[in-house]
Amino acid sequence: MSSNVITVPVGQTEARPWVDELHQWLTTVDHKRLGILYIVSALLFLVIGGVEALIIRIQLMHSHNNFVSPEVFNRMFTMHGTTMIFFVAMPVLFGFANYLVPLMIGARDMAFPRLNAFSFWLSFLGGLLLYFSFVGGSGLYGAGSAPDVGWWSYAPLGARAFSPGHSSDYWTLALLVSGFGSIGTAINIIATILSLRCPGMKLNRMPLLVWLNLVMAGMVLLAITPLSAAQIMLLIDRYLGGHFFDTQAGGSAVLWMHFFWIFGHPEVYILIIPCFAFMSEIIPVFSRKPIFGYPVMVAATVCIAFVSMSVWAHHMFTIGMNSYANSFFTLTTMAVGVPTGIKIFNWIGTMWGGRIQFKTPMLFSIGFLFQFLIAGLTGIMMAASPFDWQLSLSYFVVAHFHYVIVGGILFALFAAFYYWYPKMTGRMLSEKLGKWHFWLFLIGFHLTFDLMHIPGILGMPRRIYTYEPGRGWDTLNLLITIGAFIQAIAILVFVANLILSYFEGAEAGNDPWDAWTLEWSTSSPPPAYNFAMVPTVASRRPLWDQKHPEDPDSRYE
Amino acid sequence: MFWSARSLWAAAPDGSSVHGTNIFSPASTPAKSIADLSVFVLAITGIIFVVVFALLIYSVVKFRERAMHAGREPAQVYGSMQIELAWTVIPILIVVVLFLATARVIHAVQDAPEPASALDVIAIGHQYWWEFRYPKLGIVTANELHIPLSDPSHPTPTFLQLLSADTDHSFWVPELAGKTDLIPNHPNRMWMDPRRTGVFVGQCAQYCGTQHAKMLLRVSVDGPEDFASWVRAQQKPAVEDAGVIAGRRVFERNACMNCHAAGGTPADGRFGPDLTHLMSRATIAAGAAENTHDNLRLWIQNPSAIKPGSLMPAMKLSDADLDAVVSYMETLH
Amino acid sequence: MSAVTTSFPNTAAAWDLPSRGKVAMAGLIIAESAIFTIFVVAYLFYLGKSITGPTPSQVLETPILYTICLLSSSLTIHLAAKSLERNYTRLFLGLWLLTIALGGLFLYGTAQEWHRLIYEHGLTISTNLFGTTYYSLVGLHAFHVTAGLVMLAIVAVFGLAGRLGVKQSGRIDVLSMYWHFVDAIWVVVFTVVYVLGR
Repeated sequence: MSSNVITVPVGQTEARPWVDELHQWLTTVDHKRLGILYIVSALLFLVIGGVEALIIRIQLMHSHNNFVSPEVFNRMFTMHGTTMIFFVAMPVLFGFANYLVPLMIGARDMAFPRLNAFSFWLSFLGGLLLYFSFVGGSGLYGAGSAPDVGWWSYAPLGARAFSPGHSSDYWTLALLVSGFGSIGTAINIIATILSLRCPGMKLNRMPLLVWLNLVMAGMVLLAITPLSAAQIMLLIDRYLGGHFFDTQAGGSAVLWMHFFWIFGHPEVYILIIPCFAFMSEIIPVFSRKPIFGYPVMVAATVCIAFVSMSVWAHHMFTIGMNSYANSFFTLTTMAVGVPTGIKIFNWIGTMWGGRIQFKTPMLFSIGFLFQFLIAGLTGIMMAASPFDWQLSLSYFVVAHFHYVIVGGILFALFAAFYYWYPKMTGRMLSEKLGKWHFWLFLIGFHLTFDLMHIPGILGMPRRIYTYEPGRGWDTLNLLITIGAFIQAIAILVFVANLILSYFEGAEAGNDPWDAWTLEWSTSSPPPAYNFAMVPTVASRRPLWDQKHPEDPDSRYE
Repeated sequence: MFWSARSLWAAAPDGSSVHGTNIFSPASTPAKSIADLSVFVLAITGIIFVVVFALLIYSVVKFRERAMHAGREPAQVYGSMQIELAWTVIPILIVVVLFLATARVIHAVQDAPEPASALDVIAIGHQYWWEFRYPKLGIVTANELHIPLSDPSHPTPTFLQLLSADTDHSFWVPELAGKTDLIPNHPNRMWMDPRRTGVFVGQCAQYCGTQHAKMLLRVSVDGPEDFASWVRAQQKPAVEDAGVIAGRRVFERNACMNCHAAGGTPADGRFGPDLTHLMSRATIAAGAAENTHDNLRLWIQNPSAIKPGSLMPAMKLSDADLDAVVSYMETLH
Repeated sequence: MSAVTTSFPNTAAAWDLPSRGKVAMAGLIIAESAIFTIFVVAYLFYLGKSITGPTPSQVLETPILYTICLLSSSLTIHLAAKSLERNYTRLFLGLWLLTIALGGLFLYGTAQEWHRLIYEHGLTISTNLFGTTYYSLVGLHAFHVTAGLVMLAIVAVFGLAGRLGVKQSGRIDVLSMYWHFVDAIWVVVFTVVYVLGR
């Protein structure tokens, strides 16, 4: 056994009173526990956001339905979007980053453990604040409840005049608070990666997951802050009589759009880049080959980060920018597809000539590749701005971004769950339930989101609580709703797997997948201090070098 | 289904054909330029999809783990600069081609000069209805736009100036043009030159509040004579029918005048639609209901029954007053 | 579970990584710069677009004195940090307190200017676009100066209690990075508001 692992056999620790255990969790500054807190809270919000989606889908099942009133529907799509982006996707990705980055660089914790805890709680409490709006949103005019201005809160809809009461203030404040939490975590990730790598781990020897989280964290610093700034401006308008977005005083509604999308576009890359990271760790292990083109993967990601800062107005093709602006953003948006495509080719290149094992993480990874390819191509379609003048603000866009977020991000997350759950808990997730989860979810996903492109092409706008019969949208919407319920069942299977395997799953051991990065060199779960002795590395795959001393990577790098 | 050039869905109550909302059934030059470009883009992305998908399937099938591999790792290949170069250069070329094709259409649609024969219409978005003004013809109407058929040999396109009285909206009639937003303090411009007569439908596409879903659009493309007779009818002063004077008094005495304008009365409100030629419209409440006696009565009595969240308040009229004012409305042809 | 047979290789080479405090502060500065950029963009975009009310050239007076105070405080904090590195604790404390005084003077100057604008010219945050963007941008900066002064005051307390020495000079360096950033932002705000904007 390697000298830097101390395993504590199950059963030898003393049982602790549950209050004590709860206190430990609430006051922890351990990156692994905070990672799990992020992930668990994200799963809770995922279920809530999912219920909101099902309410939307039931209402839209057929034309002129009245399952919910227009007011409730408008709150549902606002809360669904806001919840999923800010309280599911960002936290779960920060959670995995928190858990994995220190382990993968051979560190004992993040650079600033207390800042880490503070950032998590800011983020979580932001989520609670958002949901408190259901109770507290009514304000002076009795006009509120949860926010209903869409997750972009376009001006002037978010102004006092059009959103009396406090509902949209809950949106603003919840995101402002959790935004500061995100900035704190991003600073922590950057400081950890730059300052705490173990000896020998030069920047070009870091696992790709670490590299990509570094890029993501840098983007958070530059992308979340414009939103924070815009929200401060909105609060000044709403409470101090400011005129930032007050069109009656000469203010500009378009300025809000620019500020929002300067945040909003890089944000979606902030969400997808950690998923690229998962793929770059998982696909090599289940193809039994190193990632194809490590330096190119790093360069492509950095390239994506930079170019993605210049594409934001492709969300604004319909607002009446002049033809030169529209052409510019068409060009940059198409351009960002190039490094993104390169990454897809490199993953396929990794699988090529490999020995592919179809364990559940790999099934979800292959699903990711297929779906992200399609999502990228529908993105290129909308990059052609005239095409976007038809597709924008329709269900085609809704289908596209759900293809990215559910078909891409969520599939990659499922892969990550199945891959790293053994490390986090010491137990394997059930392969049988995993395969049920995968196939059910795949079927439901494609039923819903493949079909959803069609109503968009047939002229169905988004954010409508009902629609006219006779436009050809009815049957499609019904099938889309059915697919949503199939996905819901698959999620239940997944949650069942998470819970049952915790108690009855096979013991994982240190390295169930025969993988190559540092987290697999310590016990499952790792001890609080991660490594008894801080490791030293000589290549990108330190465990490969250990397992294959006759042919180490260090010879080829 | 969506590749057919025709997309006639039904007949409108007045017998004209009602077209659908399929972006691939263009009936006007902007929509057609977009549809043509879209087919080109679809073809290119389709080819990319087939190629990459084939590579993915091939690798999944050919390189799957087999029993004979047990215990041996495959060749550890780290990368290949030539391959990376190839699959960088080819996508860049594709982007260049796509961009050039797209830029042409952007300029053709957005920078099209306005010919002297064009019809000017000002569209003003409201929560939750459309105001249409024809400045050179002296016409003010709501929700249902009438525009002339455009003959390619002698084009008479319609150029719309897009404004907003409150929040952001978007004018989207898919078979006539791509959508353009109506944003307060930010005038926009779009055009269409419809090549087929009939009614083209659409609706607001930018979320504008509670009843965004029922801010429907109805564009009637009329042949030259039909259009001319519509214009004449709209330009006529309001019908003054002595038989409904009681109803007219109800209209004038209640708060209706704060929001509505109606020729032949002092009413000059701009918050709600101009009612002077109300009965020339097939629908009320921006398409939320057909313009029938019962719907009109219900709408005035309680707008929330038809469009909850609409900004028209229930006027709380007595039944007698309600019947009177409806009778008055029904004379406004 | 796979068997791990050998331990990790040893490297004898020195392993020097940047200080985490400095990296973190650099990250914070980048994030804050993005926030200020958005407020500056709004300010520039709305120049000349106010429908009513006083314009910048009608009411603004260039705050040369207070700018000199703030920018000199960058010099004094730099010298203070250098003195602490050499363990000249009394010199450090003197320069540190001088920095706080200069920062405080700057805030006093801002307060004076706002008082004049509000009571003599009737310019508030809700008056017009100029009022909104001016008070927001200058106010955001003043808020950051205040936050900085609070942190400097905390350090001063520790200094007066004799608890600061060479060992704390790393942290003092990190804090002075923040202070330099606040001054650099003022250079930008000053240029945008008092030079370009009039």
